[in-house]
Amino acid sequence: MISFLVKRILSTLPVMLIVAVLVFLMLRLTPGDPAAIIAGDAASPENIAKIRESFGLDRPLVVQFGIWFGNLLTGNLGESYYFKKTVVELIAQRIEPTVALAGLTILIAVAVAVPLGVLAAWRMGGWLDRALMGFSVLGFSVPVFVFAYIIIYIVSLKLDLLPVQGYSRIGEEGFWQFLRHLILPSITLSVIYIALIARVTRAAVSEVLTEDYIRTARAKGLPEYKVLWRHAFANAAVPIVTVIGIGIALLIGGVVVTESVYGIPGLGRLTVDAVLARDFPTIQGVILLFSFVYVLINLLVDLSYVLFDPRIRY
Amino acid sequence: MENAAVIEAGPQGGAPTPGVDPVAATKDSSLARRLWRNWAVRIGGVVLVVLILVALAAPWLHTVDPTLFDAGSRDLLPGAMGEITDLDGQTFAHKFLFGSDSFGRDIYSRVIYGTRVSLIVGLAVAALSLLFGVLLGLAAGTLRRLDGPLMRLMDGLMAIPGILIAIALVALWRANLWTVVLAITIPEIPRVTRLVRSLVLSIREEPYVEAAISLGTSTFVIMFRHILPNTVAPLIVQGTYICASAMLTEAILSFLGLGLPADIPTWGNIMAEGRVQFNQYPHNVFFPGIFLALTVLSVNMLGDGLRDILDPKMSRRV
Repeated sequence: MISFLVKRILSTLPVMLIVAVLVFLMLRLTPGDPAAIIAGDAASPENIAKIRESFGLDRPLVVQFGIWFGNLLTGNLGESYYFKKTVVELIAQRIEPTVALAGLTILIAVAVAVPLGVLAAWRMGGWLDRALMGFSVLGFSVPVFVFAYIIIYIVSLKLDLLPVQGYSRIGEEGFWQFLRHLILPSITLSVIYIALIARVTRAAVSEVLTEDYIRTARAKGLPEYKVLWRHAFANAAVPIVTVIGIGIALLIGGVVVTESVYGIPGLGRLTVDAVLARDFPTIQGVILLFSFVYVLINLLVDLSYVLFDPRIRY
Repeated sequence: MENAAVIEAGPQGGAPTPGVDPVAATKDSSLARRLWRNWAVRIGGVVLVVLILVALAAPWLHTVDPTLFDAGSRDLLPGAMGEITDLDGQTFAHKFLFGSDSFGRDIYSRVIYGTRVSLIVGLAVAALSLLFGVLLGLAAGTLRRLDGPLMRLMDGLMAIPGILIAIALVALWRANLWTVVLAITIPEIPRVTRLVRSLVLSIREEPYVEAAISLGTSTFVIMFRHILPNTVAPLIVQGTYICASAMLTEAILSFLGLGLPADIPTWGNIMAEGRVQFNQYPHNVFFPGIFLALTVLSVNMLGDGLRDILDPKMSRRV
């Protein structure tokens, strides 16, 4: 078990290294002076000279990567000349809203999608199943921001129930204000995630439902909810957890859009601001962070298989 | 990431049914009938054809040049009468079917022209990512020495959320139609590569390939004559999904202000322009939004239908 853990954790290192190389190359393979690109449009000639010096930009590419990667390992993601802060400070400042938004979204998505998926598989071809499949195709097709505007229009503008946009930090105006500002963004963001999880749950559970032990469970007179929960769902858990992990990539893409629509000062909004300002150290930092989180979550998903399926032993 | 690979490649990665040559099946006229009988293919296909016609016929369908504006016709509601000034300074009366934006441009004509950008981006991204993915996947599946390094590179590329790659590349290259297409294509390539590689690996074990090898057929001929044709059906299905997601990504880029320059009428740009005063004039966002959603929906439905017919193994799963 321990040796598997170590091996599995080590196996993410090459992926992370390749991500770092790609993010590094992205900038270097672009025509133009990398120092000027890193400095951004707002930089002075002294800034550019200083960057060329500190990044070793007049030295071979491998040395440049060494310097950059060395900084990365010591937690130095560089400095944003546009925001006049280090990238780490910027990220620290913006991370709370994103974590809150993503957390609430995952909570909503799992709570809605899993039971719906199980029920749809239970009565496959029934009205709930068909409605759910229709909804999921729609969920994959309606862009996040269009959906955002539809619910803003109904809930905020017509019914006046929740704020149109903005964010309230947890400690600022109390927990209710914090939650109120997050409800619409989380629902918006959860739509595509629900579509994805519900589809996979339905498929996984429906496959399990054809197993002999389901018939046995029913034959011994177990109530249907127990058959569904204890036997069908429990045995379908592995693919469901897997898709929750893979879906994080969708979620991250959605965060960028959702935060922009609702004016939430998180990492997604930071990404867009950084791109509009052509602030590359920040763009690189955010991409590295999001990729790291994505890989990490999928590592945890892998490790969690032991909890869901006792047949899997490492 | 290993598991992501299994899940994504798994359902499609199965060996094609032995004895059934998909190329022969394509020639069978009954395939067309089977496709037409599938309601998802029918609806999705018809809507898509209509949209392609709209894109082609935009110069006849539009009511006025989408870039013309008139300061006196700003923020008109759908169906309102207003005026518009042409390039010679002539002002004439104009009916704004979908209303006007805050510059006084005709939203209907802009939406009609936006169809072109969406379809071009969707189709170009699908074609390019299939092309690169097929070449890389064939290389990884047949050339042992390339397999390891190439697939590790793809793992790395897949670990970065696709939209972030697209956003970063567009920012680096400055947006025009082709950089946008390329920026959306690059994150799609690993998925196709993995699909093709897994197909190649399973097809390679088929008796007819072994027979070809034992007859001394060259690797090149085996690759393109015996293996590639068998990957066509899953690739068509994959291509429609890529097309749909590319159109969404393009709209997101435009909407965030990172895509094509704001004066080019794309659905994303029209919505980006309209969002500022969404409270008073929601139609600026809703009309292009409806077109975009309908387009993506029809392509997705087409994909689902094609998958059910061409790739039944996969449809049973999801």
